[in-house]
Amino acid sequence: MTAAPIVLPRDADGRLTPAPPPGELIDMPRFPVNAKHELANTEQIGNLERATATIRGKRAARASEVANWEELRSAAEAIKNKVARNLDHYLLEAEAKLTAAGAQVHWARDAEEANRIIVDLVKQTKAPEVVKAKSMVTQEINMNEALEAANIAAWETDLAELIVQLGHDRPSHILVPAIHKNRHQIRDIFVREMGIYGTPAPAGLTDNPTDLTAAARTHLRNKFMRAQVGTSGGNFLVAETGTLVVVESEGNARMCLTLPDTLISVVGIEKIVPTFDDLEIFMELLPRSSTGERMNPYSSMWTGVTPGDGPQNVHVVLVDNGRSTVLADPITRQTLRCLRCSACMNTCPVYDLVGGHAYGSVYPGPIGICLTPQMRGLHSAVDLSLPYACTLCEACVDVCPVKINFPEVTINLRKDVADHKRHDHRPHLETTAISAAGFFFAKGSRFTLMTKASSLFGRLFGWKRYFKGHTPWPAKVWTSARDLPVPAKQSFRAWWKKNHERS
Amino acid sequence: MTPPASGLKVGLFATCVNDLMFPETPRMVAQMLGRLGAEVVSSPKQTCCGQMFTNTGYVKQGLQTVEAYIDAFSGCDYVVGPSASCVGSVRDQHSWLTKDHPNLHQEAVELSAKTLDLTEFLIDVLNVDDVGASFPHSVTYHSSCHSLRITKLGDRPLRLLRAVKGLTLIDLPDADRCCGFGGTFSMKNPDVSIAMATSKAKAIANTGAQFVTAPDNACLLNIGGILHRQQARIRPIHLAAILSSKESA
Ligand code: SF4
Repeated sequence: MTAAPIVLPRDADGRLTPAPPPGELIDMPRFPVNAKHELANTEQIGNLERATATIRGKRAARASEVANWEELRSAAEAIKNKVARNLDHYLLEAEAKLTAAGAQVHWARDAEEANRIIVDLVKQTKAPEVVKAKSMVTQEINMNEALEAANIAAWETDLAELIVQLGHDRPSHILVPAIHKNRHQIRDIFVREMGIYGTPAPAGLTDNPTDLTAAARTHLRNKFMRAQVGTSGGNFLVAETGTLVVVESEGNARMCLTLPDTLISVVGIEKIVPTFDDLEIFMELLPRSSTGERMNPYSSMWTGVTPGDGPQNVHVVLVDNGRSTVLADPITRQTLRCLRCSACMNTCPVYDLVGGHAYGSVYPGPIGICLTPQMRGLHSAVDLSLPYACTLCEACVDVCPVKINFPEVTINLRKDVADHKRHDHRPHLETTAISAAGFFFAKGSRFTLMTKASSLFGRLFGWKRYFKGHTPWPAKVWTSARDLPVPAKQSFRAWWKKNHERS
Repeated sequence: MTPPASGLKVGLFATCVNDLMFPETPRMVAQMLGRLGAEVVSSPKQTCCGQMFTNTGYVKQGLQTVEAYIDAFSGCDYVVGPSASCVGSVRDQHSWLTKDHPNLHQEAVELSAKTLDLTEFLIDVLNVDDVGASFPHSVTYHSSCHSLRITKLGDRPLRLLRAVKGLTLIDLPDADRCCGFGGTFSMKNPDVSIAMATSKAKAIANTGAQFVTAPDNACLLNIGGILHRQQARIRPIHLAAILSSKESA
C-alpha cells in the first residue's frame, strides 16, 4: 500500500512557502543608502545591540579560558592555507572517498548550476518538499526560490531561519538569522503565518521564549515526520575520509540529516579540512567563536551511506560560485579560510548599528564586505560600496578564529574600486579630490602652501572657531550633525618656522 | 642629573590633522620633549602618514607621502608623533607601500621601526611615567581603535595619566568600541559615522567627567564635533595637553 501523495496548500500568492522580499540582493542600492534606511529602525537597533553585546561577552569568556587559544588560531590558519594551496588535490581526494562510501558527488560551477542539480535530484524522488538544515551556501545560491519555482517547498527548520522564512524576511546574520527581531515580533509572525504553511500556532501563544520554541517544534514536527528529502550544508568536509560535519545547537539539523531517505548536502569547495585529526582544532575554535559555548550541543558526522541506517541516497553538491576566482589572488584569498562563525560581525560596530540587511549580501559584516565583492566581482553598486563599509577599527581582527587580516583585504579591494573609478570614463568627485589632495601631500613645500591657504579659510568666511551655516563640500557632509573647527590661524609649521628658523 | 632624552635627535611628526587644525598639540609635544632634553627637529618636508590615501585605495598617493616622510625624517634617532593612528599607519603600511621600490623600502622599514607614539617614547625609551604634569580635573579616556589594535599602546596612556597630579580618571564603558571616525569613512558613510559618534559621545558624557582625552585628535575631532553641537559640558583634550599641563588645584 502506498501513502496518498501529499498535497501542500498554497498561500494567497499561490506559493508553497512564504515569499521573501522582492528583488535580488545584488541589485540593492549602495551600502550608505541601505544603512541610512536601517538606521531609521530604532527597534531593530535595540534588538541588535542587546544580542551582539551578549554574544560578544560569551565569546570573549570562552576564548580567554583556553590557554593555547592563539596557537589554535594559528594552526587553523595554517591548515586552511594549506587547503587553499592544494584545493584541487583535496577536492579530488574528498570526491573519491565520498564515492567509495556510497555518496554521489556533483560539481556546480555557479548558483544556477547548483540549483539545477538540486531541483533535478528532488524531482527524481517525486517529493513535493524538502526539510532544510540551516546552511549559508543554500542562502547564497537562493536554493529555496529555485525549489519554489519548481513547485517544491523548502522548509527552514532552524528556529531563527523559520522565523525569517515565516516573516517573509531575509536573514540578517549568518548564525542568528533573526537577530533583528525581538520576541514580541516573533510571536506576531508565528500567529499570523504558521497556519498558512502548516500546523498553526497554538491559541493564546505568548511571547515567552519557551512557548515560542514549543510552537515552532509543533509546527515543524509534521514536516519532519513525513519528509522524504533533507538538505544541509556542511561546516567541514574531511578529505581523507569523505566525512561531512554539521555542527548546530537545536537538533533540527540532526533530524534533517537522519530522518529522510534522501539527503542532499550543498557544500562550498573551501569547506575542506585535510584530515580527521585537523577537525580537533576547528571543533575547539568554532563553537567558542560563534555561540560562545565550549562545545556545541549537536555535532553530526557522516560518511556516505550506512546501509539500513539514515538516508540511503546521499548526495553532495560541491559549489564553486566565485570561490575559485577568490582563490586566484594570493593576498585576498585568505577570506576562503572563513568558518562562518560570525564572531567578526558580532564585534563589528558598523554591523551592530545597521544589521545584515544593509549589505546586499547573505554575508554581512567584516567577512561580508570582503568576501562578497570578491565572489561576485566589483560590478554592482552595492558591491562597489561594500569595501568602504568599515572604519578599519580592526575589532574583527582580534576575534577571527582563522586570523583573517580584514584590513589587508579591505584596502586591497578599495584599491581595486579606486582603479575601477579611474578607468570607467566617468567623472568622480572623490577621484578628483583625492588626486588634488595627493598633489599637495606629496611634497612638504606644497603642503605648506596648502596650510597657508586653509589658515585664511575661516577668516575669509568670518568664522571664528567653527564652521557655521552652509558649509561647502566636503565639510558639509561632516557638519550635518557634528560641529567642525575651522583650520587654525597659524599652522604648526608656520609656528615652527617663526620660532625655530629665525635667520 | 642629565635629562632623560639628552643626546637624542627626535623628529617631531606633527601629522597633517594637527598641523592644520590642532597646531597646539605638536607645539606642546615639542616643548615637552625639549624639556626632557631631546634635540627636537621638525622638517617642513613632512606632510602626513598617508593613510587617508592608502586606506581609501589610492596607493600611489600613499606612496608619495612615504617619500616625503623619509625626506623629512631620515637621520633622526626617533620620530615621535602625538597620534597613535598616524604612527600606526607608518609602522603598518610604509613597508608594504614601498615593497616594489627597493630604493625606498629599506629606509622606510628602518624609519618606521624608529617611529613612536609619544606615549611609547616616554615610557619605553625614556622610562618616564611621571612627566611632572598636574591637571586637577576628572578625565575619561577614549583609547582609540588604532592605539589599541595597530600601534598597540596597551596601558601606556593610562600609566601616564595616573601619574598626573590631581587628575581623577573615570572609566569609560565599552572604551574599545570605535567612535565612527574611520578617516574617509566619515565622509563615505556619514550616517553610520554620525550614529556611531553619537553613541560614543553619549557614553562619554554619561561618565560625568570634565574632560575626555585620547591619543589622537582625529577621534576627538569626531567625538568633540558631536559634543560641541549638543553643547555638552565635557570637553575634548589631547593626551599631550594633559601631560603638558602645570595647572594647580
Ligand atoms: S571571517 Fe573569521 S570571524 Fe568572520 S565569520 Fe569567518 S571565521 Fe568567523
